[in-house]
Amino acid sequence: MSITQSSQSLFTATEDEKEGTFNARYSLWIREALDELPHSFTITDPFISGHPIVFASPGFLKMTGYSLQEVIGRNGRAFQGPKTNRRSIMEIREAIREERPVQVSLLNYRKSGSPFWMLFHMIPVFGDDDGRVIHFVAVQVPISGQKMRNGSGVRGDVSGLSELVFGSCRREVCLGSYVHQDRSLPVECDEQELENWEHCEASESEKLKSAEAVNSVLAVLTRYSEFAGRLVCGKRNCLRGADCLSSSLVISLGRIKQSFVLTNPCLPDMPIVYASDAFLTLTGYKRHEVLGQNCRFLSGVDTDSAVLYEMKECILKGQPCTVQILNYSNRKDKSTFWNLLHISPVRNASGKTAYFVGVQMEASCRDSESKDLRPETRQLSVVGAVRVAVRSSFMVTC
Amino acid sequence: MLKIKRVPTVVSNYQKDEAADEPVGCGRNCLGACCLNGARLPLYACKKLENPGTGEKIVIGCEAREPPVAFLESLVLGEWEDRFQRGLFRYDVTACETKVIPGKYGFVAQLNEGRHLKKRPTEFRVDKVLQSFDGNKFNFTKVGQEELLFQFEAGEDCEAQFFPCMPLDADNSPSVVAINVSPIEYGHVLLIPRVLDCLPQRIDHKSLLLALHMAAEAANPYFRLGYNSLGAFATINHLHFQAYYLAVPFPIEKAPSKKMITTVSGVKISELLSYPVRSLLFEGGSSMQDLSDTVSDACVCLQKNNIPFNILISDCGRQIFLMPQCYAEKQALGEVSPEVLETQVNPAVWEISGHMVLKRKEDYEGASEENAWRLLAEASLSEERFKEVNALIFEAIGCSNQEEELEGILVQQQHNPSGSLNRTHGGRITNGTASECLVLQ
Repeated sequence: MSITQSSQSLFTATEDEKEGTFNARYSLWIREALDELPHSFTITDPFISGHPIVFASPGFLKMTGYSLQEVIGRNGRAFQGPKTNRRSIMEIREAIREERPVQVSLLNYRKSGSPFWMLFHMIPVFGDDDGRVIHFVAVQVPISGQKMRNGSGVRGDVSGLSELVFGSCRREVCLGSYVHQDRSLPVECDEQELENWEHCEASESEKLKSAEAVNSVLAVLTRYSEFAGRLVCGKRNCLRGADCLSSSLVISLGRIKQSFVLTNPCLPDMPIVYASDAFLTLTGYKRHEVLGQNCRFLSGVDTDSAVLYEMKECILKGQPCTVQILNYSNRKDKSTFWNLLHISPVRNASGKTAYFVGVQMEASCRDSESKDLRPETRQLSVVGAVRVAVRSSFMVTC
Repeated sequence: MLKIKRVPTVVSNYQKDEAADEPVGCGRNCLGACCLNGARLPLYACKKLENPGTGEKIVIGCEAREPPVAFLESLVLGEWEDRFQRGLFRYDVTACETKVIPGKYGFVAQLNEGRHLKKRPTEFRVDKVLQSFDGNKFNFTKVGQEELLFQFEAGEDCEAQFFPCMPLDADNSPSVVAINVSPIEYGHVLLIPRVLDCLPQRIDHKSLLLALHMAAEAANPYFRLGYNSLGAFATINHLHFQAYYLAVPFPIEKAPSKKMITTVSGVKISELLSYPVRSLLFEGGSSMQDLSDTVSDACVCLQKNNIPFNILISDCGRQIFLMPQCYAEKQALGEVSPEVLETQVNPAVWEISGHMVLKRKEDYEGASEENAWRLLAEASLSEERFKEVNALIFEAIGCSNQEEELEGILVQQQHNPSGSLNRTHGGRITNGTASECLVLQ
């Protein structure tokens, strides 16, 4: 009786949707324009479940040895490996969560499995009109590795702690302040050594290169976004609207594979502010059709009004409830289905209710095999995951 | 004998005042022999741990996509939410205001007036890290079964297995995951290894490995496990770990570190720099078992030497922080500053990691990185004592061999401002100076 990982492919956005949103934002010629840039870079979309790569430059493909199809749709983590510094990974994760730039040296792995050090420089790209993060742009500049340092974490006063590796010696030997960091000593290191370096500091010129590359990419995106009618920029020009979720919250919610929505009780008519991919598959609607709408579009002629009343009461009282309600889908057959719906208020870090979560379960799915979680538990696990995500997302220091 | 008075945290609805009489008979559906017969609980058997250092690109938790919510996470969250809605917790932790304090480290402060009862404080002995299990005191065989979420064991298969309805059988020596009815955060649970064996609160190799399994299996870097030894603010002398979700980095995880030594099994041991509590960081190892065993050896050494400590398991079990501390001893000797004492914050593992639960509104409103630092610094061993303790640990985990190779080479204390040789003890060079050796060639 073993557990199989839930199949992800059913519930992720289709290739068309991914392509479509990227092109729509920047116009059809964007890929051609980006392809002309010499730099190695990737563009990721935090609003697609899994925060995948939606564009990879020819420079990136050349550097890593992958083909375009092998890269699109994967998360940046795919290029990390067991010897990639955990602290650096955390720094990147936190920069994404806080929607700010980051520049950090990172050990990556090519398709062949060989490791290489590069300077990873990532910036968020904001929508000019709504202040939310549209994409993250990540540039990779290979580092020659003339200088190495011990230690990791918050960049502080690590002066005097430089180290050098001699030959194939695995133990690092401290030389203290006797060796200046600027002196570039030729270090012959095979690939095994690369993995053992604690850290690999980028030179000033390499850092400049990454900044140039980032600016080039941003310039192209800005120009083409203007063609498409909705400008993007490197800085947040206005506060994110109340109906817009932070990209970090969206990334967290994207990990939940079941059907659910978040509604905002503080906005007029309590609209949907988030809908999972599974919800769209279940109901047959497109994302843009449901965002901003109240959930009542799922009800129809034969939906029991007493049940609707019960739901309304619970929402007013701020209590969770589970109801069985007849819903009308927008699938090809326009079929109805019995929805075992669970609703609960969700608080943010201030302790006040920020959203309501609604978790849908098609009643016919209730008879799942005994080897899995009970459907009720699975439904509640969505609520729990949403609670953790919402509470923590508001704790971001901006 | 050193004692302090504090109000113990209530982790179970069946925990009573020590002075109260034990009720005769039961009917509370506990884990005692009276109620165990016929008890059933889901069982999660996690998969065999893989070796992180094999060069495979796909590592635990390191998937091509942002990993979906893992099965174990769903189980923990789903069962926790169920108990939450059934009203088993003493308060709604999500209604407690929380914030990240501005500053370099981002300490997390929470205003929680309901966590600590306004009761008469109980006396705790704080000078003995090893104390025998006392069946008369509250222990986890007395919790109600509704507070248990599932059984958890280290499986033998390459895939995890789940059995929704498994009997609780004393012969199997089950380990269980229970709720903490006074949660610090959503999802706060207790991992109780071999609950029916009634082990006292002390680290052993098998139990720490089980805790690591759980961290790895949850596959979420924001799900950490923590441990408090006796004398380091463990309330209950029955072996248990704690765990919960907090999707922000802990300050201790951000602290820079400097490598001290690598063991023969590849475990890298570093010391934290620029953090209020002097701590060690263990990571790497040719297998997770190696990492676990090294840390266990270190803990056993501390326990033998009566040094209280806390453990934080972080980054899906890849990083383990070991924090020796002396706050309780200082408190018993009257050496803690009054302002710090007034906050009534006991620096246990979560506090030392940077998550502070504050009882008074004024402390919450005025929370700052300086205050947090000052409080935690009271718990830290002095630099000198920390070096002594490290020497003990290195010897215990068999690192003295590596240090001996450095004998005979000029040793210069790097951080000593006067620049002179500074050895705190005579005798072997290996006593505590390994971390700051400069070798001139």
